[in-house]
Amino acid sequence: MLTAPRRSLFTPVQWVILGLAFIFVGVAVPLAHAWLPADHVLRPSTYTMTLSGKFMCYAMVAVAMDLIWGFTGILSLGQSLFFALGGYAFGMYLMRGIGREGQYQSELPDFMVFLDWKTLPWAWWNSDSFLWTMFLVVAVPGALAFVFGFFAFRSRIKGVYFSIITQALTFAFMLLFFRNETGFGGNNGFTDFKTILGYRITDPSTKAALMAATAVGLFGTFVLARWLVTRKFGRVLQAIRDAESRARFCGYDTLGYKLGIWTLAAVISGVAGALYVPQVGIINPSEMSPANSIEVAIWTAVGGRGTLIGPIIGAFLVNGAKSWFTQAFPEYWLFFLGLLFVLVTLFLPRGVIALFDRLRPGAKASGGEAPQAPAAAAPAASAASAEPAASAASAASAASARIAAGPTEGRA
Amino acid sequence: MIRYSWRRAWRAACATVLLAAFTLPAAAVDADALRKLASDDFDDKAAAIESIVAKPDGMTLPLLKALQDGMLRVDGQGAGWIKSEAGVVDALTGKPAELPSPEPDEVTINNNLRGQIDAAMAALKLFAPERGLRLAAARSLQGGEDDALRDTLAGALDKESDADVKAAIALALAAIDVRAEDPKRRLDAVQGLAASDRAEMRTLLASMVEQRPDGSWAESDDAVRTAARASLSEVSGRLVRAEWFGRIFAGLSLGSILMLAAIGLAITYGLLGVINMAHGEMIMIGAYATYATQSVFRAVMPDAIAWYPVAALPVAFVVAASVGIVIERTVIRWLYGRPLETLLATWGVSLILIQTVRQIFGPQNVEIENPAWLSGGVQFGSLVLPYNRIVIIVFALAVLGAVALVLNRTRLGLFVRGVTQNRPMASAVGVPTDRVDMMAFGLGSGIAGLAGVALSQVGNVGPELGQSYIIDSFIVVVLGGVGQLLGTVVAGFGLGVANKLLEPWLGAVIAKILILALIIAFIQKRPSGLFALKGRAVES
Repeated sequence: MLTAPRRSLFTPVQWVILGLAFIFVGVAVPLAHAWLPADHVLRPSTYTMTLSGKFMCYAMVAVAMDLIWGFTGILSLGQSLFFALGGYAFGMYLMRGIGREGQYQSELPDFMVFLDWKTLPWAWWNSDSFLWTMFLVVAVPGALAFVFGFFAFRSRIKGVYFSIITQALTFAFMLLFFRNETGFGGNNGFTDFKTILGYRITDPSTKAALMAATAVGLFGTFVLARWLVTRKFGRVLQAIRDAESRARFCGYDTLGYKLGIWTLAAVISGVAGALYVPQVGIINPSEMSPANSIEVAIWTAVGGRGTLIGPIIGAFLVNGAKSWFTQAFPEYWLFFLGLLFVLVTLFLPRGVIALFDRLRPGAKASGGEAPQAPAAAAPAASAASAEPAASAASAASAASARIAAGPTEGRA
Repeated sequence: MIRYSWRRAWRAACATVLLAAFTLPAAAVDADALRKLASDDFDDKAAAIESIVAKPDGMTLPLLKALQDGMLRVDGQGAGWIKSEAGVVDALTGKPAELPSPEPDEVTINNNLRGQIDAAMAALKLFAPERGLRLAAARSLQGGEDDALRDTLAGALDKESDADVKAAIALALAAIDVRAEDPKRRLDAVQGLAASDRAEMRTLLASMVEQRPDGSWAESDDAVRTAARASLSEVSGRLVRAEWFGRIFAGLSLGSILMLAAIGLAITYGLLGVINMAHGEMIMIGAYATYATQSVFRAVMPDAIAWYPVAALPVAFVVAASVGIVIERTVIRWLYGRPLETLLATWGVSLILIQTVRQIFGPQNVEIENPAWLSGGVQFGSLVLPYNRIVIIVFALAVLGAVALVLNRTRLGLFVRGVTQNRPMASAVGVPTDRVDMMAFGLGSGIAGLAGVALSQVGNVGPELGQSYIIDSFIVVVLGGVGQLLGTVVAGFGLGVANKLLEPWLGAVIAKILILALIIAFIQKRPSGLFALKGRAVES
């Protein structure tokens, strides 16, 4: 069995940095937005608040992605589905919060009046209860992920097969949500929210509270993920990533581990979606398009897989670039994004985190968490081992040797 | 009263049509008729049409057609012109003429007149010398809407010599006789209707065997009712069979497209173990190559434009194969053994390709026209099978045959199979695996380009064309089993037919979701697809 030395979550210095960062985005910025007068130099604008809130939600999804892809080796192309499901669950509550303020002054949401429906569909049962909504936000993505993952992992669907099936699942759900008959607003989704828990959604104080909640969500997710991967649980996940058959032959129930982390990642994504909707003010089916799903992977890859902090940085970098590009040169955004996919996988397989590490030569010795990808850094090296089966086998044995040796991660 | 006298006159007119078919008449489109058409009174116009139909000549059909299309202009003095895209002709002589200025008014018609013209045109065509025209005319009259046509039809039946046309006219006659007073004639008609393939006749027969709430029967005669029941079951059986056949054909058509899209993918995935997310964009490039070929043909040799799809095949193959080889050399080759990274990198490539095409050809769909030999279709009773879909099914099978030949009968194919089965061993005996990878990738991409040519003939061509096929073609590959051509064929056609059979009950979206669920359930049973590779090669 694995006997890894128990490691602390963070070094004291890292704890301090983490605490300061949280106080800044989770306390200082929201308070400045809520309390400072509108024309004050230091007051973050509504646009800044919405944008950074949005990015933090994306960063949560990126951390979830890192847990399943970076640490367990399961590339999910369906993370945006769970994100959108969480968003829709919370969106229902917000739609009920509009009350009679809608265009048709009806108890029912506008789109239902428009479709000439008289009562709420069954899925909307109890949707005006905040507690029930919280339950749905966690339970719906979680249950879907659990059921789907159980059948997929049980029949040992893995690698690209699994990725494609998750993408197909996401695509099917997108089609489903595009239909008016499904009962979630069809094409237009939910928008025009008015109140949340009785507060006006446009009030600066509401915005500040939402931002603070998102910061709690992001930092909580980060610490939880870090805690998980430093325990035995996380080490088994990495063993599964590096050599699943070996882990199974060693007596580990890989199905349970994979299912657990897969469901947890879906729940995190769902919570992120629920935090995203009130801040951005809209949720529609295009949120779960396959293209959106696969973008989550590039946030994680850009930042650096298997590092937890890297994906957060990646989510901010890529989405920042997206906001800037789509305003400055809209027609070149796809070129940039496409090149990013190609260049990062070819030349920066460990992400921007690896660049930082290169700047500090002593980093590795001081317990840097970045995984060491053996042949990945230089393209020429991997081309030399163009033979997949053999390189996989050698990498697997190298990985298992590393597991036995202690706390360094390896990757095929 | 007016209606009745009109009908009598109409019968007389139809009888005269018969006579006219035998004798060469004097010009019937005369100044008097044109003058009446110029009148504001629709009864006058009806009378004018009757007089024109009564003695048909060479100008009758063009004139009725022009009247129907609102192309006929008259000046009230007895002169008329037919204005079409080809130019203006005189309505009396058919010779080219010029419209006087100010331009005379078009003759307006109402729905009654339109029905009268339709029936008159069909009746005229019953005596046309071309067999196809007669058959079409007889078919168009099988609805049994106009009792007055009975005499005309009976006359045409006597004169007709062709068996098919005769049967069609007899059906048209039966559709009218089924409402006759005389039970004997009704009985004959009902028995004759058993040969019908029209949904209206099913409704009509069904209404005859209904029992009214007061216990009486819609059809009073017992013998007729029994015959109607027998005919009804025969007609509805034929209609249901046609519907099923149509669905299966639609499924095969979809399946052939899925298979075309997936064959190339099966080769690259089977060989290299990489998923090429830019595969859909190879299809898109093939479709745009077709568009470019069409534009060149239009500009350089408009006479041969009908054959541009054939010329597009090598163009699309070469362009898509070259793009594929470039991608393999620059991106994929560095990522062998890292399938998930390849997936992401090729997704990036696909984004770049989409945006490039957008910059060159614009974000809108481009217009691709079916050449004449791909338009229209074969008629089987009530069912029309479009030529372009038939050609695509044949084309898909031809491509499949060619790929099977390349894989089984050529040196490259031998190498490809060898590398797929055991890469290090193939390399050890001197197979240049690097070059085989490149060629196989080019082959797979080229086949995707061919799929693009086929798709351009049945769907819209836009920059996002490939995105809609990538998921479906992966499902085909996954279901069929990796590296298995036969599996790809069975999975492609199976998915296509299953989709089309489920759609009418469930709707397109639910059918898609259900099929996805079925596939996941299927993979539970057979994790490596329908036709799994045997032996140790399956598990890494």
